[in-house]
Amino acid sequence: MSLRQALESGKFVVTAEVAPGKGTDVEHILKDADIIKDRVDAINVTDLQSSVMRLGSMAFCHFLTEMDIDPVFQVTCRDRNRLALQSDLLSAWVLGIRNVLALTGDHPVLGDHPEAKPVFELDSVSLLDCIGKLNSGVDMAGNELKGSPDFLPGAVVNPGADNEAAMDLQIMKMEKKIEAGARFFQTQGVYDLDAFEKFMKRVEGLDTKVLGGIILLKSVGMARYMNKNVAGVFVPEPLIQELKASEDKAQASVNMAVRLVKGMKDLCDGVHIMALGWESKIPPILDEVGL
Amino acid sequence: MIVAERKPMEEILAMTADFQRILVLGCGGCTTVCFSGGAREVETLSTLIRMDRKQRGKPVGTVEALTELQCEPHSVTPVLEKLKGQYDVVLSMACGAGVQTVAKLFPDQRVFPALNTNFTGMAEEHGVWKELCLACGDCILDRTGGICPVTRCAKGLLNGACGGASEGKCEVSKDLPCAWQEIYHALKRLNLLSYLKERPKVKAWPIHPSRVVREDLRQVAATEVD
Repeated sequence: MSLRQALESGKFVVTAEVAPGKGTDVEHILKDADIIKDRVDAINVTDLQSSVMRLGSMAFCHFLTEMDIDPVFQVTCRDRNRLALQSDLLSAWVLGIRNVLALTGDHPVLGDHPEAKPVFELDSVSLLDCIGKLNSGVDMAGNELKGSPDFLPGAVVNPGADNEAAMDLQIMKMEKKIEAGARFFQTQGVYDLDAFEKFMKRVEGLDTKVLGGIILLKSVGMARYMNKNVAGVFVPEPLIQELKASEDKAQASVNMAVRLVKGMKDLCDGVHIMALGWESKIPPILDEVGL
Repeated sequence: MIVAERKPMEEILAMTADFQRILVLGCGGCTTVCFSGGAREVETLSTLIRMDRKQRGKPVGTVEALTELQCEPHSVTPVLEKLKGQYDVVLSMACGAGVQTVAKLFPDQRVFPALNTNFTGMAEEHGVWKELCLACGDCILDRTGGICPVTRCAKGLLNGACGGASEGKCEVSKDLPCAWQEIYHALKRLNLLSYLKERPKVKAWPIHPSRVVREDLRQVAATEVD
């Protein structure tokens, strides 16, 4: 079943995410994907996440299609102008890629080539518009395409924005993304189900699917780092203490993820699990919640 | 105004090392206002160059002058004509436009920049300036509460915040407010939050170098010549 079919079927959808590495070695990441291949509806491939130069998302998505995995091609606006974005989208389609996640992208200054020229000619909303145009058989300039794609466009939303202005801006942008064609949303990592429930209440009437983001917590240090440095991610102190007190950190992390997935089952349309190399933990989590 | 800063002294000394008579040419416009190329800065730079060269045993003569606006030919030509023969090189303390105006008017003359031109902006407090305008050629400040996202959002986004802000600050720096949160507050104050729901067209980027032609003014000028 493709991601499109899974979303349309109304089932509780599970997606995961892999990140190509720096260099041409793809073996271990393909192995990570293979571990979860039969348990998830799609796997996202990140686009130079955190603005660190790596192997590209498109090539890796193509490998996933060869393994009968439905990939989600993450595309940011950081590095490409409208010519390159459209061309890459067409290239992705002919390589068998059917889902695109449109993102603005982190600023290059956060990555390992901080002096790189940022592009951001389009943003996540105008990129979704662009995907819609290509899907309809024309490019952004209105020129007709000879053969056109039929992508399933998705987007992201950050339910953990840390003040009223940021939250209102997130929701307004989410609405614009839906108007621009986003059919599903994957959220930033959620740890606080009460806060997530409030967010889901606010977006209740919107005609889209929301997959709640879950980032597997690998260590206390990682939790503290994210609280300090990752916008919109907040790991509540009791969770950090739970992890700290546990003898088996990996098991504690799995337990937390299980609670989150169970909680989200009643709140949204699926989950997006970001395992960060702990892909082997995804099957036990899904076993535990019966997915 | 255009905001500029003086280049590091080592760089200025290196570029002028082979010259014996230097015209240090300040500008009465923006670089006077931002304390980087006015009469006082011209005096200081000349003194520093002379002291350094004296120390190195290669003394240099300096001439100091100020143009009203170095990017306006009519304010440059008389000043340089008057000092003709008194200098081998012009060390300009104007912005890049001023340096290039001098170079264009006096093509046989070496002209060096003493400043690095940073941006178009305003003084936030004494000694602190911030960038406000990228001169994109298609102003949208009427829709954004008087705050320019093209310039003040690090990503120049037109469709609202990226989600990277933390405690109201941009992901690129804790010293930089999120422009879209500022726009949000400005529009909220004006009861215009609905503007944020608009989906502006993708920006048409101007071709650089760009040119402005005002036919009305050209015609007047042509009539005057006749």
